[in-house]
Amino acid sequence: MNAVWPHLPILQVVIPLFGAVLAGFLRRPGPAFAVALVVSWLMPLIAGAMLWQALATGPISYHIGSWPPPWGIEYRVDVLGGFVLVLVSTVGAVIMPFARRSVAFEVEEAQQPWFYCMYLLCLTGLLGIVATGDAFNAFVFLEVSSLSTYVLVALGRDRRALLAAFQYLIMGTIGATFYIIGVGLLYLLTGTLNMVDMAARLGPEWAGHSRAIVAALAFITVGVSLKLALFPLHAWLPNAYAYAPSWVTAFLAATATKVAIYVLVRFFFSIFGIAIDFRDLPVAEIILALSVAAMFVASLIAVFQTDLKRMLAYSSVAQIGYITLGIGLANQAGLTGGLVHVVNHALMKAALFLAVGAIFFRVRSVQLSDLAGIGRKMPITMTAFTIACLGLVGTPGTSGFISKWYLATGAFDKGWWLLVFLIVGSSLIALVYVGRVLEVVWLREPSAALENASDPPLSMLLPLVVLAAATVYFGFETQWTAGIAGTAAKDLIGGLR
Amino acid sequence: MPALSIITDHYHYAITVFLMMAGLYIVVARGNMVKKLVGLSIFQTSVYLLYVEPGKIIGGTAPILDPAFTVYSNPLPHVLMLTAIVVGVATLALGLALVVRINEAYGTIEEDEIFEMDRDT
Repeated sequence: MNAVWPHLPILQVVIPLFGAVLAGFLRRPGPAFAVALVVSWLMPLIAGAMLWQALATGPISYHIGSWPPPWGIEYRVDVLGGFVLVLVSTVGAVIMPFARRSVAFEVEEAQQPWFYCMYLLCLTGLLGIVATGDAFNAFVFLEVSSLSTYVLVALGRDRRALLAAFQYLIMGTIGATFYIIGVGLLYLLTGTLNMVDMAARLGPEWAGHSRAIVAALAFITVGVSLKLALFPLHAWLPNAYAYAPSWVTAFLAATATKVAIYVLVRFFFSIFGIAIDFRDLPVAEIILALSVAAMFVASLIAVFQTDLKRMLAYSSVAQIGYITLGIGLANQAGLTGGLVHVVNHALMKAALFLAVGAIFFRVRSVQLSDLAGIGRKMPITMTAFTIACLGLVGTPGTSGFISKWYLATGAFDKGWWLLVFLIVGSSLIALVYVGRVLEVVWLREPSAALENASDPPLSMLLPLVVLAAATVYFGFETQWTAGIAGTAAKDLIGGLR
Repeated sequence: MPALSIITDHYHYAITVFLMMAGLYIVVARGNMVKKLVGLSIFQTSVYLLYVEPGKIIGGTAPILDPAFTVYSNPLPHVLMLTAIVVGVATLALGLALVVRINEAYGTIEEDEIFEMDRDT
């Protein structure tokens, strides 16, 4: 154990990478799935150990190849990083058992080993982005995760999945290139790529002086916002989520956008330190305005969707608006609310998309018109679905309420009453689209098409129930979500200049 | 002539920015998927220039520890761009593979025609 302990940050990234190679070589769905399962279950242990260490003794710094930073690549896990690592790896571990049957049902057999290979590569990229303390290394991992994501989306059976993957590829690459242009400008200014070193060199003496910093900030903000689907840069998301295999949608909704949010937070708070540039460029105000627009516009579009998966995709855009709202508020309660919503939304959306996957597994359709009365045929699935839906609205007793409570408190602290009403108002729109689905699901007579529908097998049901239970649990017990998010927010705001 | 020196000293940035904008414009303006990918490649290539140019110092040598050399060029940007080129190639390859599959599925690679077909179904 002592030999392994200091190397946790790199193991977090290297194990899934080798797992991906192994899964690719095995060439048979069963063994490839076994590799993916073992790796997925190992990851939360490593992430948890690192978070515990970061909470107890401060940030972990790991020097790749023993080259000291800022010359070598440093992996750095602080409370925020550990928090996101635990989220990503835990979601992966919990939903992995669901994949076996769902993927066997939706992906051609010859492609299944590659599916797991791509999933593990995607996991490598996502964990790497968070673990690394090097801006360029983060770009490489961003592209590792993105390229594998395009493949995962394209594996959907519908031919429109190909188109969705292509559009995602175009948008995602533009986003990543914007990011790398921004990092390039920062590199030219500071001569370093190490995030901590970069932050130290972008001291207060730069305030109001350099147009290049503002340009870098703008490029990075736009690039990362493309990746996290901040309204109005969300155009790729609904199609990609709607046509990707069900399990992929659940995984992406819970992890990919969340990791992009981590990158945005890291750059805003740890590297730029809001005070320098936010005077020249009102980033916080822009983010706030776009967040509110996302909350309303995307929710309204969701109300009019007839495809359940697509509706939830638009709901994701709206919910990301809440998270970025917390970032834009940039005070203790607001940022805590944003970060805690990263976790809460990930758990809820994973549960919802898994439920959709279970429905597709039994009914072969996710059109709302085909799902009348499905609640009576698949009671456990739909109960979990309903709980997660209530969380989406922010009903007290679910984790969604906790997030919105912190966000509203953050708005109060700023004295922005209007914003509090907007948060509540947008929740009411969420109630409309959620209510529309729940009415169809529970209150109508089952149609003839649902004759043979029943709850899915245990391996699919269990992840779903666990996630729904977590939505309720974290609505009462907030030590692990809001508590740690609060610590991370305190660190971040302490880093502001 | 300060205006002239701005041009002569910074013309390489102008080239970078021109490539950047040209590439991005092609991505946005063209409906043909292969052309879109070409635009994307040009866009990415401009970034290689952005990084590599400042790494070169006229009269600078490779960073070798020797009393005879005092001016060094930074080799790191070139190495970074090797990685970025690999990423760019992978993106282009995946994009072209997707275009091939789209062509098989739809029989065309013009975006507006594909949208038309999807609307009908």
